[in-house]
Amino acid sequence: MTNTMQSNSLAIEVTDLTVAYQEKPVLWDVDFNVPQGVLLAIVGPNGAGKSTLIKTILGLVKPVAGRILVLGAQYQARKQLIAYVPQRSSVDWDFPTNVLDVVLMGRYGHLGWIRRPSPKDKKLAIECLERVGMADFAGRQISQLSGGQQQRVFLARAFIQEASIYLMDEPFAGVDATTEKSIIELLREIKKSGKTVICVHHDLETLKEYFDWVMLLNVRRVSLGPIATALTPENLKRAYGGRALFLDQKGDTRV
Amino acid sequence: MSPSLEIIILASLVALTCALPGVFLVLRRISLMSDAISHAILLGIVVMFFITKDLSSPLLLIGATITGVLTVTVTEMLIRTQKVKKDTAIGLVFPFLFSIGVILLNKYASGIHLDADCILFGEIAFAPFDRFIFQNVDLGPIGLWLMSVVFLLNLTFIIVFYKELKLATFDPALAAALGFTPILLHYALMSLVSITAVGAFENVGSILVVALFIAPPATAYLLTNRLSVMLILSGAIGIIAAISGYWLAHFLDANIAGSMATMCGVIFFIVFIFAPEHGWLARQFFRRFKQWDFAKDILTVHLLQTELNHADQTEQIVSHMTDHMLWDHPFTIDVISRCLQDGLIVQEGEKLILTNYGREKAKISILKG
Repeated sequence: MTNTMQSNSLAIEVTDLTVAYQEKPVLWDVDFNVPQGVLLAIVGPNGAGKSTLIKTILGLVKPVAGRILVLGAQYQARKQLIAYVPQRSSVDWDFPTNVLDVVLMGRYGHLGWIRRPSPKDKKLAIECLERVGMADFAGRQISQLSGGQQQRVFLARAFIQEASIYLMDEPFAGVDATTEKSIIELLREIKKSGKTVICVHHDLETLKEYFDWVMLLNVRRVSLGPIATALTPENLKRAYGGRALFLDQKGDTRV
Repeated sequence: MSPSLEIIILASLVALTCALPGVFLVLRRISLMSDAISHAILLGIVVMFFITKDLSSPLLLIGATITGVLTVTVTEMLIRTQKVKKDTAIGLVFPFLFSIGVILLNKYASGIHLDADCILFGEIAFAPFDRFIFQNVDLGPIGLWLMSVVFLLNLTFIIVFYKELKLATFDPALAAALGFTPILLHYALMSLVSITAVGAFENVGSILVVALFIAPPATAYLLTNRLSVMLILSGAIGIIAAISGYWLAHFLDANIAGSMATMCGVIFFIVFIFAPEHGWLARQFFRRFKQWDFAKDILTVHLLQTELNHADQTEQIVSHMTDHMLWDHPFTIDVISRCLQDGLIVQEGEKLILTNYGREKAKISILKG
């Protein structure tokens, strides 16, 4: 329904955004526009405000100043169209529930208050689990999952939201190489269908291979754009400061 | 109904009513909030008593509930300043409010029913004396009616907002992003805990009510992997503790609420040891089991390596295994006999030779490692 309506608008539009925790600025006067249909990595050193940026877009953190538009409107009006994948470590995996139940939680936004998931929602949850190769685990207690399996469950939970924009906080943290490859395959699939994927990312080595757009962030926005133009050695130096990090012609990084 | 039956029913109802919100306290790791609330409500009760001069006024309940929620609010405000840690903040706020309540009580209200013993332990044994009489018909103890209302309130809230409570407890960030205002749910839950603590206060006192909030859910947590089952089990365990606690008190001629809390602890430790999956014994057994599995892996992988390296055949002698693995002799014999039993190896004289099945298993073990 929304695709034609928003085909011209930007996925995310941020103007003069400043966020502070206890008077200490975490994000300082950040401006950027993200077009629809890109696979964007947000990179920067620890404490650069990457997670905070995602949380501010989602309305979880209140900015001191600035304006954020999602698909041309306030977040509240667009929340159905945004899927959020928090850091895997942000939840208690010993919580008494199973895989199917966690995936169904992604459906709660569509259901609204009080209404319960229907058999149709459950069917959809199984389909999403199939997409991430976890259908056999539907009834499994979540504490029995490996790190990679947990991340796949979180992805399935995001898919069931049928969103236009996917905001992910370090989806590759603590997963093995095989899972990483299959996750990036899934993200490319999402992108191919015209949707926008924004990931907080840590690994500069895989950046060029996995993403097509990048934002370098260190409290201020350093650069944003297609990898070829935004990921220059000067920009990297500006983002990571004096910390010895070199990017040679081949794109290898050493720390 | 006989007074003792009334006491048993009331005790069970108190335990059941506490167990329901208790599940969420335990899962949210804010169990000690119940301690804070159950103490701080004393101040609300005392202040409202001075205003109304009536111990049975419903305003006492309202004042106490407000104090409970206020305690949570002030504690969380302190935590947000990041100058004090969570446990410290809890430990700062509620003793302060509680002690004001105690001083007011000592100074201006000595001689009334609200004495220190009652505050700490409650007096469920007196509950049958306070009757609810409507148009000359005795409808049972007032306490029973009061607890029934609180129970229905808790039950309705949890049934209606089950989905929202589950999400906000498991993943508050997603709950907020999806528009489910976890803060509102949190304060609604804290209000329920306050109302429950007020209702339970007179029966079991402010310390023992904590046992009823925490122990049954903590016990149920060890017995299930489903939230809905955990809620039902918590209620059931609370009732078992109440009934067995009553009889313990009966035989020891001791305080009923104290005996109930004791039974809460006893049941927890029994389950802690014997629970089928998460219990201590089960985990020990599982570890043992794993240990054998691991030992079999080590032996087959070692034999595979020997095969691949075309190493000296003398290695495949049982006694050499002992030297190589640094296992003691009986253990080596045991591992070998288990491998033979599982068809992983065959024994030819002194030699151990991998079967095809054993070779495949060893290769898988190497890949996994």
